[in-house]
Amino acid sequence: MTTPTIVKYEEALTRYEPVLGIETHIELGTNSKMFCGCPTTFGAEPNTQVCPVCLGLPGSLPVTNHAAIEGIIKIGLAFNCEIVEWCRFARKNYFYPDMPKNYQISQYDEPLCVDGHLDIEVEGETYRVEIERVHMEEDTGKSLHVGGATGRIHGADFSLVDYNRAGIPLVEIVTKPITATGDKAPLVARAYATELRELVRSIGVSDVRMEEGSMRCDVNVSLMPRGASEWGTRTETKNVNSLRSVERAVRSEIERQAAVLDAGRRVIQETRHFHEDTGVTTSGRSKEEAQDYRYFPEPDLVPMAPSREWVEELRATLPELPAARRKRVQREWSLSDLELRDVVNAGALDLIEATIAAGADAASARKWWMNELSRRATEQGVELTALPITPDQVARIQAMVVAGELNDKLARKVFEGVLAGEGTPDEVVAARGLKVVSDDGALAAIIDQVIADNAAVADKVRGGKVAAAGALVGAVMKASRGQADAGRARELILEKLGAS
Amino acid sequence: MTLIKKSAAELGALIASGEASAVEVAQAHLERVRAVDGQVHAFLHVDDEAVLAQARRVDERRAGGEELGPLAGVPIAHKDVFTTTDMPTTAGSKILEGWRPPYDATVTARLRKAGLVILGKTNMDEFAMGSSTENSAYGVTRNPWDLSRVPGGSSGGSSAAVAAYQAPLSTGTDTGGSIRQPAAVTGIVGTKPTYGGSSRYGIIAFASSLDTPGPFARNVLDAALLHEAFSGHDVMDSTSIDRAVPPVVEAARRADVNGLRVGVVKEFAGEGYQAGVLNRFNETVELLESLGAKVVEVGCPSFAYALPAYYLIAPSEASSNLARFDAMRYGLRVADDGTRSAEEIMALTRAQGFGPEVKRRIMLGTYALSSGYYDAYYGKAQQVRTLIARDFDNAFEQVDVLVSPTTPTTAFPIGERADDPMAMYLADLCTIPSNLTGNAAISVPCGLADEDGLPVGLQIMAPVLGDDRVYRVGAAVEKALEDRWGGPLLAKAPELAEAAK
Amino acid sequence: MSAITRDEVAHLARLSRLALGEDELDHLAAQLDQIISAVARVQEVTAEEIPPTSHALPLTNVYRADEVRPSLTPEQALAGAPAAEEQRFRVPRILDEEA
Repeated sequence: MTTPTIVKYEEALTRYEPVLGIETHIELGTNSKMFCGCPTTFGAEPNTQVCPVCLGLPGSLPVTNHAAIEGIIKIGLAFNCEIVEWCRFARKNYFYPDMPKNYQISQYDEPLCVDGHLDIEVEGETYRVEIERVHMEEDTGKSLHVGGATGRIHGADFSLVDYNRAGIPLVEIVTKPITATGDKAPLVARAYATELRELVRSIGVSDVRMEEGSMRCDVNVSLMPRGASEWGTRTETKNVNSLRSVERAVRSEIERQAAVLDAGRRVIQETRHFHEDTGVTTSGRSKEEAQDYRYFPEPDLVPMAPSREWVEELRATLPELPAARRKRVQREWSLSDLELRDVVNAGALDLIEATIAAGADAASARKWWMNELSRRATEQGVELTALPITPDQVARIQAMVVAGELNDKLARKVFEGVLAGEGTPDEVVAARGLKVVSDDGALAAIIDQVIADNAAVADKVRGGKVAAAGALVGAVMKASRGQADAGRARELILEKLGAS
Repeated sequence: MTLIKKSAAELGALIASGEASAVEVAQAHLERVRAVDGQVHAFLHVDDEAVLAQARRVDERRAGGEELGPLAGVPIAHKDVFTTTDMPTTAGSKILEGWRPPYDATVTARLRKAGLVILGKTNMDEFAMGSSTENSAYGVTRNPWDLSRVPGGSSGGSSAAVAAYQAPLSTGTDTGGSIRQPAAVTGIVGTKPTYGGSSRYGIIAFASSLDTPGPFARNVLDAALLHEAFSGHDVMDSTSIDRAVPPVVEAARRADVNGLRVGVVKEFAGEGYQAGVLNRFNETVELLESLGAKVVEVGCPSFAYALPAYYLIAPSEASSNLARFDAMRYGLRVADDGTRSAEEIMALTRAQGFGPEVKRRIMLGTYALSSGYYDAYYGKAQQVRTLIARDFDNAFEQVDVLVSPTTPTTAFPIGERADDPMAMYLADLCTIPSNLTGNAAISVPCGLADEDGLPVGLQIMAPVLGDDRVYRVGAAVEKALEDRWGGPLLAKAPELAEAAK
Repeated sequence: MSAITRDEVAHLARLSRLALGEDELDHLAAQLDQIISAVARVQEVTAEEIPPTSHALPLTNVYRADEVRPSLTPEQALAGAPAAEEQRFRVPRILDEEA
């Protein structure tokens, strides 16, 4: 008899309670590497950004990048951490070909930032994720696996290593165990990663691009039977390269572990890898022996003792953080919780705020970005920010609407023109001849023609059926290619037909 | 007197005045190397043409009116642990055979800038682990005083080169005594500067918190001149001290001890110390007193734990420092037949590329750091380090310098301790405390032991950044003893037979 | 009783990535046992309140400015490599997914 390999998610949650832990690595966007002066440009030719230090050549020594320490302290402050008064780097010893020294300069029992928290919202409910530590370390090189079928490590004949990434400053943010999330666990994990990304991006220390690897999540999951108090054995899933994958990886691990436990077997403490294509995790090679990293204080670097003055200076440089900003925006723009969430999820916050700054009112700015432009972005399958239109341009179009030079319908045509690359809003208006016609003389000529063409309808209006005038207005709009001022046209029609 | 017997200061003056050219001086030393290095084997690499080219450049710089330092044109033997772009750098190990670094160590760069002519790279215990230079993968170096004996270690090639008049100066590194002990057993001067006073950048690391580059010379003033030439703050070394180099040359010239308080370390005597070593040491202490020093005995009870603490800390750091030699980016790679994994190639290469002492220390260090043992070994060793620092602090409240024999015995016969690590480790008994706390120390010759007629060294220790004091006292002792002997101790060494030219 | 077992020595060799033969392990086990017994003297220091010292000098806060300095050329970087290909270091196949 074979046991099932997964238990359906909803069913798993009836018997088990998940406990999560998330470790996030962030590459800082400094000019030079963590411990040497090599540049950090993404995508450079292989082994062009290396020197004796980051190649780990015999005799070389590390010297700490001041801007990296500033960056991590800002992150620590943004996560409400305590910045310790004294700490050291430590060496984490293990052999791996992409790690030039076969030890990683990291921090062990003396992280720079400790005891923080991050509040996140999931379906209207707030969860506080406790942060255990934020510490500083260096990135590794990258291997290209050659031979075999898939370019994956298994079955490869050999590997080619590029050390450009080796030594790029890496900040690791580690949560405390996240409990009592119940069936929301995958959503909580995703919301945490999302909020973390927003927060780090807002303080400008990293571009936090998961697709380029400048933000990477490892997700720990364990299950315990409902009502139990002792946590189960956890697995650590790596390779989680998008926010959606964070959610899917947690869900998939819950389903898999539930099946293992249901079958009366033990969950093995191991590293697992998430596969975007199949949405499941697979086991990394199980180790015959537990890792023993032999941490000890890094003798080549002196301890860090950030002064309280420096920490406060850095705190003062922090911009408004995302949570506070959302609260302010919700108040200023009079949004419901749901509306705010839509704006945030659409990634429209910055755009709307910039549009308002350029002179538009909040409601209109939101309307254009969330309706017209969101629709077009969806059609084209791109992010809002990727549309070829600026907040200034949106504000300019809205200004023309306010001035009565455009109506909504014409405004949409201007958007269409700008997005099609026809120029600025003013250029599109001029080129396409998009102006509201409210001049009585011009309108009167069109109306006369419409009345003549629609004699039967005109008679009904004359006979007192004022509602029928709508059809005439529509015809006027059509004849003017939408440029007529519809309100004024209606007034003139009723006047001419003696129905006013 | 021939050029090779002159001091570095004298050679520098001759070249500066134009009485000798740097090329002539280099040629004289190259000839000496050719004549005696077949017996001594101080050098791993000498390239005559490259040496003469360096010397020519110095002569040209001088001719072009450039203001050069006091050692410009003076030849120097460079320990093979410093990276050099124009010469191989092996650290005495097979695993780095033929490696040409793409960068110069800071010390190398400063030697070049000062116009010193680098004669070649000297033999050493593999990765500076040892006290005899027998652990080199490239053969033993012999003590010019007695070719059947070791020249000390790990900087044995550098001590032998200077003692054999192949170079007036050489560089070394001192992690547990690797400059002072070889200086003592070859009858020359060797200094371990204050840790952080001279840059470690480009020194192939043994134990990062202990490694210190320093000078060898045949007299105290020469050592001070070299010390000054390559020391001082370096932004490439985070542990480098951002302060002026102590006035070591001035101190070496001053050479007096009048009114100075000298402490004799009580613990460094007794069992395990050769009688002839203690006799010369005690006479030298009496000499210091006669020169006007105030001598007292000082207790440093924790020094008894220095050796065990050192043999935990140094191997621990070494086990990590030497992890990079893995056959992936540089150096030796064996057994890569296309079927083996990176993991297997690493382990096979390391097993073949490292010698027994290096493997022993890697294993010991791995043990001391591994989970379950860290607190009992590495952790305790670090506490001992604190206690030793307290002993030094306490001592230096009472005295200006501390003195002891540099090493408990004279040079031992080649092979005698080769497979007895504990016996070998005892050679560093007196030198290790200063490495653990980073303070300055020197070894100067203080006579020959009665039993074997071999040199004995006096160790002088001063507080951190008190480097000038060790030169001041060392120079005073040197002056008084040379007056007594009628010349330097090295003049008593047997003449080496020169190979046919 | 010995301070370290033959199995522990074999384990240390694996941790240290040293492919040691049986004879070498036997020889090392005996020597390490002797050395470890000797250095265990540090455990006579029992006072708990003694702070550990990791660095020779009490320096703190040594940083460099975030400025780019010239890197090596790829030719220099790869000059010492046992094998190189496509401007990268060629290494034998890697077993572990990651350590």
